Amino acid sequence: MPILMDADRIGRTLTRIAHEILERNRGVDELALVGIRTRGVTIAKRLAAAILEINHHEVPTGALDITMYRDDLMRHAVGPQPLIRKTEIPFSIDDKRILLVDDVLYTGRTIRAALDALIDFGRPRAIQLVVLVDRGHRELPIKADYVGKNVPTSPSQSVQVHLTEIDGRDEVEIRES
Amino acid sequence: MRKDLLSIGDLTRDDIYLILDTADAMREVGERTIKKVPTLRGKTVVNLFYEPSTRTRTSFEIAEKRLSADTLNVAVAVSSVQKGETLVDTALNIEAMAPDMIVIRHSSSGAGHLLSRVCKSRIINAGDGMHEHPTQALLDAFTIRGHKKRIEGLKIAIVGDLLHSRVLRSNILLLTALGADVWVCGPATLVPPGIARLGVHVTTSVDEAVADADVVMMLRIQHERMQGAFFPSVREYFQTFGMTRERLARARPDVIIMHPGPMNRGVEIASDVADGPYSVILEQVANGVAVRMAVLYLLAGGPEAD
Repeated sequence: MPILMDADRIGRTLTRIAHEILERNRGVDELALVGIRTRGVTIAKRLAAAILEINHHEVPTGALDITMYRDDLMRHAVGPQPLIRKTEIPFSIDDKRILLVDDVLYTGRTIRAALDALIDFGRPRAIQLVVLVDRGHRELPIKADYVGKNVPTSPSQSVQVHLTEIDGRDEVEIRES
Repeated sequence: MRKDLLSIGDLTRDDIYLILDTADAMREVGERTIKKVPTLRGKTVVNLFYEPSTRTRTSFEIAEKRLSADTLNVAVAVSSVQKGETLVDTALNIEAMAPDMIVIRHSSSGAGHLLSRVCKSRIINAGDGMHEHPTQALLDAFTIRGHKKRIEGLKIAIVGDLLHSRVLRSNILLLTALGADVWVCGPATLVPPGIARLGVHVTTSVDEAVADADVVMMLRIQHERMQGAFFPSVREYFQTFGMTRERLARARPDVIIMHPGPMNRGVEIASDVADGPYSVILEQVANGVAVRMAVLYLLAGGPEAD
């Protein structure tokens, strides 16, 4: 099971992305982080902590569940519905620069759903996309603004992100499925 | 989850918790500026109401609209039913127009089960006669859990017209399944025979039922279903069984008081209790929308493959 990123690498990558975010947005004014459940939320919280350390500013952080916006809902004849979890965005996103955060960027369908969901909450000034891993194979015209690591993959592989808060360890691995 | 929601008895404990957890997520949609998600886009839901209902029908309709389903209300007073059409014929005619779900309220117990046998659409029982009202029990449990963080081990007193209450039956099935200590109380003439077999304590003493209760749930005196005299007078009923501040003082200090509505003020509940600090009656109504959104969403997915 090849390891793509270990704990050290993940830590340094997130610190680098935090710097890139600050550089590109010239500070933290009107910035807010929104993580996509489940692991996007953890990464968003870590980015908020990294930005706090660099800049001493707290960036508001929310959690988005995109299940109700999925494009494959109601398309299977049988089988239970996917679990819906809570969306918690405890601030107005109007006129904010939203940093949308996910662990792996693949087909782009999750991000499409997330964009639709975000727009229902208000009208941000801009939405920028942050991902820890971009594994290619896009099915929609979507591109990340901040990428931890670009990984060439084949569609038969799967990329698993493990994070200490959820999985007990920090690691990105690639598997043959 | 099965194809239909006809009775709480059809749900496993896991199903119940899944509905409550999903409702938790659904409640957030109602707090947004734009209170709508695209989840049930392209689904058609028919609300078929054979009995008057304000709360339940409105609640279902709002839930359906928040999930982007197309909804249609069949008001029986102006439909073919008045011209003599049977329930099954009405349902089959509606089904010929290919709705995905039918929400039915009917004065006869088992009306939903009958539709379930003849219809391919998913059926949600919104109250059938004196039998069950599953979404009411689910929203009651959701409200209790919101306040108490648990249901297991709570003392829950249900007081009022036990005989005619479908809300009671659904609540007993649900609350006992989740491990609550359920006490039911009403005049002996309004206690259905054999109700203790459902695993509840039965008493005719309000004070005993309410003592140290975590939750007190009042049931409406259903004058419209009463043929005959079940108690001497409304005044006497209130004296003996009405929920007053004095009676409520015997409950735990953090008791919540519930009522499925519509309330008869001064009959089963005193106005100052209904509007008082322990009352979560309007919160129940608000939670009803989230719980019905959860039920509509979970049923729309289809039954689990066996």
